[in-house]
Amino acid sequence: MDQEHDNNDRIEKPEKAEKPSVVAGDSKPADSVSAAPKLPQGMVERRDLRTGVNEAGFSRLSRRELLKVAPVLVLGVFAVPSLQEPLLRRGLGFSDWASKQLFRRRHLAPTFRDSELTPFERFPINDYDVDDPGVIFENWTLTVSGAVQKPGEYRLAQIQALPRIRQNTRHVCVEGWDVIGRFGGTRLSDFLAMIGADTSARLVTVGCADDYYESLDMETALHPQTLLCYEMYDQPLTREHGAPLRLNVPTKIGYKQAKYLTDLKVTNVLDKIGYWEDQGYSSFYGL
Amino acid sequence: MSSTVVEIVRQAGEETEVLGRAVYEHPLVVRLCHWLNAIALFVMVGSGLQIFRAFPSFGTKIPQKDLLHWPKAFAIGGWLGGALQWHLTFMWLYLATGLVYLGYQLFSGNYRQVLFTHRDVPGVWPMVKHYFFFGPKPEQHEAYNPLQKHAYTTVIMLGMLSVLTGLAVWKPVQLSWLAWMMGGFHWARLLHFLVMWGILAFVFGHLVMVLLHGWNNFVSMWTGWKKDPEY
Repeated sequence: MDQEHDNNDRIEKPEKAEKPSVVAGDSKPADSVSAAPKLPQGMVERRDLRTGVNEAGFSRLSRRELLKVAPVLVLGVFAVPSLQEPLLRRGLGFSDWASKQLFRRRHLAPTFRDSELTPFERFPINDYDVDDPGVIFENWTLTVSGAVQKPGEYRLAQIQALPRIRQNTRHVCVEGWDVIGRFGGTRLSDFLAMIGADTSARLVTVGCADDYYESLDMETALHPQTLLCYEMYDQPLTREHGAPLRLNVPTKIGYKQAKYLTDLKVTNVLDKIGYWEDQGYSSFYGL
Repeated sequence: MSSTVVEIVRQAGEETEVLGRAVYEHPLVVRLCHWLNAIALFVMVGSGLQIFRAFPSFGTKIPQKDLLHWPKAFAIGGWLGGALQWHLTFMWLYLATGLVYLGYQLFSGNYRQVLFTHRDVPGVWPMVKHYFFFGPKPEQHEAYNPLQKHAYTTVIMLGMLSVLTGLAVWKPVQLSWLAWMMGGFHWARLLHFLVMWGILAFVFGHLVMVLLHGWNNFVSMWTGWKKDPEY
């Protein structure tokens, strides 16, 4: 499609395409242009050569050009009900793949001043089932399994004995709202080191007291801002915010911040991705 | 501005009668990008509005004050998760057609057809008078008049902004510098929404003009060839 700028040469397109129907300007050299028929008013200048084409020839030319746009119809596959879902899953999968490429292990999520915090009472409580699954704190332990050297039951005090991190970070919900909260806890990476996790495994999965479940890719699990969170706004987690232990992952979307943790597993295999992911949400959803 | 021109002729014996002219106005790449991008835009707006329905506000979550209740019938995806699948799939088509279009326009020089420059400024007012105040129609010398160029140049910039604001909403951490330039995630989301309405305003005007300019003009976006152009 470059002929249209080639005004010094013969205009080949219609000639080539419609040789039999070309009736004027067919074999004239460029210097005989002056002999061309009189042109209608208001024409563009710099016309060195004029090509004539009869009506049928023009129709054929138009049809050929129209056919070249036909690939647009390929998008019709998205209207086929049986193909739509797999295609969209694939599209989402591609976006997840791109998200993964964009993720940088050492790039920190923005942090905020205390004055920018959303007041605690305005920090939304989101859950899929109950605000309070009735965890009995005295009996609570985190059950660790999978590719770790020291599986077993871990008490909250053991987790709290690890260095405490406090951070003011943005919590972004997939619905579109966002708040800035203050979170405190231990780095998941520190805990993974304590339990002797095989960090070459692909995933860390968690289970929750309300049967919610989630998974994190290992890169995100090892990110310095990824916390096993037991504090919000410098106070122990309240029940509705996920006491006694929740995830705080500022590099991930809200539904990844699982609450009321009961189980943690280091693994390479995943039968279920996460409560929302298994219903069609993005598996990776890194911010 | 040069473009391929043919004369549509009828030959009767030795006489050649010129019936009209046709100009090759829209190169194939432009036509393909136009229609693929139009479809992508349709899906992006439809699914975007369904995503917006999940939290139809730009204020706080607590308390939540809804800005407007967008009817589900005019949205794509059926639910938030479905809409996100459409949005995160078609954004690639939207981006790809935009990039191919921009690349083609720049390297082929065809951008001169649409890019509004200082040379177009004097022609703006006569065109405004014609469109809105029944002024005489200024003589047209090229495919697009100054107002058209202004509209196309603006919407292409809005398109780029829609991608940048969208990236800031999708990746406010990895692209934190981008989100920061827009005042953070929260403002980027509002900007993304406003840019959409800007593009929709263009689309509305564009469709009205397509209706007003008739069949030959419409066909030219499919075949590339515009019969009997005004210039």
